[in-house]
This record gives sequence, structure tokens and C-alpha cells, in this order.
Amino acid sequence: MFWEALTLQLGYNATLVAIGATLLGVSAGVTGTFLFLRKRALVSDAISHATLPGVCLAFMMLVFLGGDGRNLIGLLAGSAISAWIGLLCMNWLTRRTRLAEDAAIGAVLSVFFGFGIVLLTVIQTMGVGRQAGLEGFLLGSTAGMLWADALIIAIGGAATLLMVMIIRRPMTIVAFDADYAAAQGLPVHRIDLAMMGLVMAVTVVGLKIVGLILIVALLIIPAVTARFWTERSDRVVMLAGLAGGLAGYLGAALSAVTPNLPTGPIIVLVSFGFFALSLLFAPGRGVLAAVLQHLKFQRRVHIRQGLLALAQGQKIYEPLTLRLLARAGLARADGVATEAGKALAAKALRDEKRWEVIRADQAHEATAALYDGLRDIETVLTRDQIAEIDRRIGGPQEVPA
Amino acid sequence: MLELATNQGIPVAEHNVEDSPLAIRGLTVSYGQKPVVFSVDMTVQPGAMTAIIGPNGAGKSTLLKAALGIVAPLSGQVTVFGQPLEQQRARIAYVPQRASVDWDFPTRVIDVVLMGLSRQLGLLGRIRARHMSRAMECLNRVGMRDFADRQIGQLSGGQQQRVFLARALAQDADLYLLDEPFAGVDAATEKAIIAVLKSLKEAGKTVVVVHHDLATVTEYFDHVFLINTRKVAEGPVDTAFTAETLQTAYGGRLATAQIDQISRALA
Repeated sequence: MFWEALTLQLGYNATLVAIGATLLGVSAGVTGTFLFLRKRALVSDAISHATLPGVCLAFMMLVFLGGDGRNLIGLLAGSAISAWIGLLCMNWLTRRTRLAEDAAIGAVLSVFFGFGIVLLTVIQTMGVGRQAGLEGFLLGSTAGMLWADALIIAIGGAATLLMVMIIRRPMTIVAFDADYAAAQGLPVHRIDLAMMGLVMAVTVVGLKIVGLILIVALLIIPAVTARFWTERSDRVVMLAGLAGGLAGYLGAALSAVTPNLPTGPIIVLVSFGFFALSLLFAPGRGVLAAVLQHLKFQRRVHIRQGLLALAQGQKIYEPLTLRLLARAGLARADGVATEAGKALAAKALRDEKRWEVIRADQAHEATAALYDGLRDIETVLTRDQIAEIDRRIGGPQEVPA
Repeated sequence: MLELATNQGIPVAEHNVEDSPLAIRGLTVSYGQKPVVFSVDMTVQPGAMTAIIGPNGAGKSTLLKAALGIVAPLSGQVTVFGQPLEQQRARIAYVPQRASVDWDFPTRVIDVVLMGLSRQLGLLGRIRARHMSRAMECLNRVGMRDFADRQIGQLSGGQQQRVFLARALAQDADLYLLDEPFAGVDAATEKAIIAVLKSLKEAGKTVVVVHHDLATVTEYFDHVFLINTRKVAEGPVDTAFTAETLQTAYGGRLATAQIDQISRALA
């Protein structure tokens, strides 16, 4: 059953939802990354909540004009207008008043959302309101998704992606160093507005699938997930697109095989799954890697300190050091060095001397930056370079017994 | 050539506004209701190395930022090589304070230097071999060639500062504006930076540096600009950087012993 969902063989609606969710995931992941890099992740939450009054007003206007209130293009246009107004309000509050951005976000988010809920209640008393299904915009509703809806998502998502690709370089420079960008003549304010406008576009496009409350998750979680795996911003963007697309696809498939589960929240949970896996298992920045690295590092420090103590004939008091040395076969349990231990200890002491030379020499600066008191000299210098340093510090010394 | 606060507003500079790389007239910048820079005139001499000096909070960095249009001034005019700033952007390179960015940003040293080429690259231009070699050459000039592929967070403070300088070098500008490049850096970095700045001067470029270390002013710079919200003095080091002007700029904040020391060094 799940396999059929994954291979898009579960019927017309399920296929549309899966394609739409995947495209939405990719464009939300890619667009949201720039918001994340600019450290404005929560702005997207204010933007998305500000869509609600627009959806409701658009519905009322459509009904008032005698049309079908559920016309998706009309509703999305309404949501875009009110989100844009919300965005401008937030921008104005941050730039022209003494309010900080977090306060501006809180103010815009709650006021626009509150107003939207009031309008939603009014619509439900309008008579036509019962069938309106506008609540679907809160958490997304994919049950009655039409070909036209999928098309809108596809076109909107693709257009957003294209725009992001065009202005990715200025957005990255602004995110890293806005002052420098301004000095270069980049229109920082307009680039920020464009970035938030793109986020708004993704939000509007995603209303049908994940709804306005959860879209922030699709914008931010993939970027945060991707950050665990790479140190390069262009790769963060690509990986976030991948993580978002995969979450959309898997989430849609999961909800297709279990009809009672809502699509939007499932997509968010799948996305969270990727995040949790990355948080725990990513090499380098992951939690597990950090713990392992710390333990390994501690072990190396203890062994190194122990060896240097042996080389200088000092007594070792630290039990962990003794245990580690004994386990490595470098010393007996009472702290007396074995033959192997003596050799390594002499080498450690000699490396310390060599490092001293390297660190005092401007010509070796790049190498000196690697000094951590632990590294073997052979891993950073060539045989010839070591020989040169040895010439400067003289011959090896015996380890005291 | 010495210009004291008493005759502010009367341009007695050595060069006209027309051929000055950076000329500022009547610049006032305020945060809220408090002016940080008040009605300041500045005429940077072409081909000189100028230090902007003043106590903490005197508006040194703000002056630079307003000159570059990073913060909006309340009033005043800025011309660059005799023309409006916007037309001359390509000829200016700016080195912001190191602390102004997040060094955990996912980017490598080489990517930061390539940012200096973004005007050349345009929106969609591909990064080609010649751009890469230009960036590497700039890294080489600041002694950071071996660090090209490192994540910027792994660098020491001094190395970060040199990467910022390399990014500015990549722009191949005619006017270099640096905000506290020597703040909190190691001696090796200070030497490397000053060597690069001197080579820029030799190549006929103009260099303006916000500087905090009074002890090195005479050694590093040929012109100074003293500011404490208002301009205090402007001119060649030997006439404008004196015990009298320092006293005016720093007031009680500078110990008499320090001033004595500097006047002795000057004499």
C-alpha cells in the first residue's frame, strides 16, 4: 500500500497531492534557507498568519459579487495582499519605531490572525459559510484537491524557485554582511523585501496543502536540517530543497495510505524526522558526533599529558590518565612506562619542541594555527621540513628512567 | 594646514573637493535625538593614508558608515572623486568591523573573498578560473592562501580580519575605507595588514582607517582626522596630531601622561 503511494499509483487525488507537496517542499526549503541565513526565521510566521484576513475578505467579496467564494486564485490573491500589508507593517515597525523585530513579529502575527478569525466567524454566519471550507486554510486540506490547484502550486513554486536562483548571490551577501553589501551599493532593503516577498509567495502557494499555521515549519526546518551537513551556504540551499521535497513526498504518501491523517501536519512531522536524525547523527555538527569527538579528544589529551609527564619523569596522579595509558600498553598500572611508552613519550616531548619552533616562525603560520598540543608533527609537515627543524633544535634526548 | 574646531565650515583643505577621493560637507548623523556626528567636513587627500581618531563613541565608525550610505545622514553631502557616491561605488572598498558579522555563517574563506568580485560577476555570472585565481592572489597578499578552503569560523580573530581585507583587495578599488582593522588582532596580523596598506599607498591608492591606537599613529599614517562628534582637527600628522588637538578630542579621557608620551614621540 505504502509502496503504491510512493509510486503514485493510489489514485488521481493522491497523485496530485504528492506532486504538489513535493514541489512545495522544494521551493519552501530553498526559499526558507535565505530567511534562516538572514536570521529572520520567525518573520515567516508573521507573514503566514497575516494571510488569513485576506483569504476571508476575498471570500466575502467573491460571494458579494455573486461568484463562487471558493475560487482558489481569488482566495490566494486576497491572502497575498493581506500578507504583503502585514509584511509592510512589520517592516515599518522595525525600521521606524523603537520596537525590536521580535515585538513587531508578535504584534503583526496576533493582530492579523485575530482579525482573520473574527472574519472567519462572520463568514460562518453568512449562510453560504457552512460549505466555504475556509478552515482548511488554517491547517491545509488536500481532500478535494483539483488539477487546477496542483497546477497553481506547480507554477507558483517553480516561479519562486527561479526568482530565488536569480537573486541568490545578493541575498547571501546581505545575509552574511549587510553593511558590506550596502557599501557595495546593493539595495539591502529591497533585497530583504524581495526575500520576504518570495517567502510570502511560498506561503500563499502552500496554504492549500499545509495551511498557514504550519508553513513556517516547511520554510525553516529543512534549512536547519541542511545546516547540520555542510559548511557552505550554496550546499545548505540545495540540501534544504532536497530535505523539503523529500518530506513533502513522503508525507503525502504516508497520509494517502492512512486516510484519516491530515497531509500538512504529517509532512511537518516527516520533516521533523529528518531534522531529528540530522541533529543526532550528522557528522561534525550533530549531537552524537560532538559527544564522541569530546570523548576522543579527552582521551587524546590525557594520553598526551601522560606521555609528556613520563618523558619528564613526573609522577601521574590522575586515575583516568593512568587507566588510559595502561590500556594502551604505554605504562604499567603503577605508572611506570613500558618500552613502547618510553619511545612514544620521547617522541611526544620532541614534537613539543618542534611545535615551539613552528609557532615562533612567521613562515609556518598556517601550520602553527593547527597547533593543539596533540597533533603528530608528521601530519602537518613534510619529512624535509621536520629535518630542517631538527637541525635547529639539536639531537634527540634520552628519556629519564 | 591645521584646521581647528573654531574655523569649522571654512574649507582650508590642501585639495579641492573635485579631486578629493572622499569629500564630506556638513555631515550630521543621529541615532534618535542625539547627534553622533555633527556638521562634519572632511577632505581626504588623494594617495594618503589617513587615520580617523577619537574617543569611544566619538562617531568614527558612524562617519565612515554615513560616508558610504550604510546609515542615512540627517544632513550633509558626500562626494567621491568629485562625483556623487552612487556613481563611484565601484571605486570604493570597505572593510567593516570584524565583530559585525556572524562567523558561524556557512561559508568558506574563498567564498568571502569572492564576494568582493560580486560587482564584476553580476547577478548570474559564473565564477570562472580567472575569478578564482584573482581571489587566491588576494588571499596570498594577506598571507592567507593556505586557508582558502577553511570554514570562516575556524579562523582566529586576526585571520578573520585579513580575510576581510582580502575581500576588499579583490574589488581593486581606488579608495579603501577600513573600520578598526587593528582591533584585537595579533602582532603578525597587524604587520601583514599595515604592509598591504602601505603597498596600496605606493600604488597610488587612498586609504582611510578608523584607528584606536594612538601609539602607532605617527608610524602608520601620514594624515589624521580627529573627531569627537564634531571635527577637532584635520591635516598631516606633524601639524594636526598634537598634544593640543588630542586634549581637545579626548578631554579628560586621555591621561596627561599619555599625551606627554605622544608629544615627546612627536618632538
